[in-house]
Amino acid sequence: MCLRFIGGDGTVSKSNVFDLLGPIMVGPSSSHTAGAVRLGTMARKILGEEPLEGIVTLHGSFAETGKGHGTDVALIAGLLGMAPDDERIPDAPEIAKERGLKVRFEKADLGDVHPNTVKFDLTGPKERVEIIGSSIGGGAILIRQINNFRVGINGDYPTLVILHQDLPGVVAQVTLLLATAQINIATMRVSREKKGAQALMVLETDQKIDEAVLDLTRRLPSIKQALAIEPLE
Amino acid sequence: MRAYEDWVVEAETKGLKISSIVLQNQIEELELSEEALFERMGKNLKVMRESVKIGLSGKRRSASGLVGGDAAKVEERRKSGTTLIGGPMSGAIAKALAVAEVNASMGRIVAAPTAGSCGVLPAVLFTLEEIFHSGEEELLSALFTAAGLGIIITERANVSGAEGGCQAEIGSAAAMSAAAAVELAGGSPRQTAHGAAIALKSMLGLVCDPVAGLVEVPCVKRNATGAMIALTAAEMALAGVKSAIPIDEVIDTMAEIGHQMSCSLKETAQGGLAVTPTGRKIRADFL
Ligand code: SF4
Repeated sequence: MCLRFIGGDGTVSKSNVFDLLGPIMVGPSSSHTAGAVRLGTMARKILGEEPLEGIVTLHGSFAETGKGHGTDVALIAGLLGMAPDDERIPDAPEIAKERGLKVRFEKADLGDVHPNTVKFDLTGPKERVEIIGSSIGGGAILIRQINNFRVGINGDYPTLVILHQDLPGVVAQVTLLLATAQINIATMRVSREKKGAQALMVLETDQKIDEAVLDLTRRLPSIKQALAIEPLE
Repeated sequence: MRAYEDWVVEAETKGLKISSIVLQNQIEELELSEEALFERMGKNLKVMRESVKIGLSGKRRSASGLVGGDAAKVEERRKSGTTLIGGPMSGAIAKALAVAEVNASMGRIVAAPTAGSCGVLPAVLFTLEEIFHSGEEELLSALFTAAGLGIIITERANVSGAEGGCQAEIGSAAAMSAAAAVELAGGSPRQTAHGAAIALKSMLGLVCDPVAGLVEVPCVKRNATGAMIALTAAEMALAGVKSAIPIDEVIDTMAEIGHQMSCSLKETAQGGLAVTPTGRKIRADFL
């Protein structure tokens, strides 16, 4: 496929009738509008609380053609928790004002990343987080980085994100806990700042991760933070 | 890799419609009941219907101001009784423009198969509904036929302007719509294949060259011409006209042509209409 500098309406290879007829979405572009809403929604889920302030940096095609595709408006809609078919999406900036969410947009070269990439610096009442994600076509997205950690979250599965000390046995504790709770792990990735320092574990699971399991995870030794992200619709 | 021909043969041997074969296939693949599939497809049909209505009202404009109000103009001319090509055809043009305008102005649509090509199928479907007074279930079945062909297209080629040019988006939409129209009009499974093949053949080579990278120019109007090609192809197929090249081979050709197409003509806005003097000016003014 050609390297795309300017966006349009790309889609990924699909296989069932509802991939061909659907999604139901607010236009004009599955990658620049629907995908942008989903990126905003994922960022909100990762923050884990109502965002109050956001600095949103647009890269590549998002920066170049975002305006015409309503990418900025769509990202705000996502941060407000709207779905890609929500007809209030065009009004998201006003709704954000009413709800006390301040968003500032910037444009920057984020390096060697997908042309449709965005960085969120989000602040909530208690938390702060930096997230980088891309809209990879047909409305599909990929969260690539949370704070300093590289991840690969597409929102298809319930996802458990754990910040922990890089020590032997931590991973085993978590997987054991999930096994006991009858939660099957679909994918797993661990990345760390440096040996023995902080590490991030990302697990995609087949079953929903409920509050009780999350709570038990948080109580494990060496775990600093744990977050359960529900899949996107 | 599956072939549409296999579904045609299966439908012929069992004496079923293509939509039944697609449904059967999807019941297994998605592990959903027929009712659940119909219900979910019903949501698509509802949104399609709404988007036609909203677009025809003519109130929506795109952010760039390039698009909006044309559906209403065509509809008005149709209602005045002075049309060059007859009421149903001009109605289809209006409907296709309507849905594409809604998309361009951040309204709600069903990607069919993409957002850029969302107007073709609703235009064809609701035009046939007006002619044949089709019931809800027939319309939904026709959507399964359209989507079924779309599945074959994604397996053998693609439905993305970035990968295959506009022939993959509006072209696929036209082929899917032609198949749906033939079935809805009472044509045979074999005739749906001919209709789809004739429609896609007419779209081969069409490049993706959106001005300023926006899904507006030429996208909106191509939805209307795509719907015309779909209806023309369906009319031929229903009359017994055959496509010399079978649908699966046309789809493979579409993939191959997309492959040979220069990157500048695949949604990068670096070629075609996007780089005309006017296209460049629009881009400079807006961005
Ligand atoms: S020109 Fe490109 S963006 Fe526009 S409808 Fe065709 S494929 Fe889609």
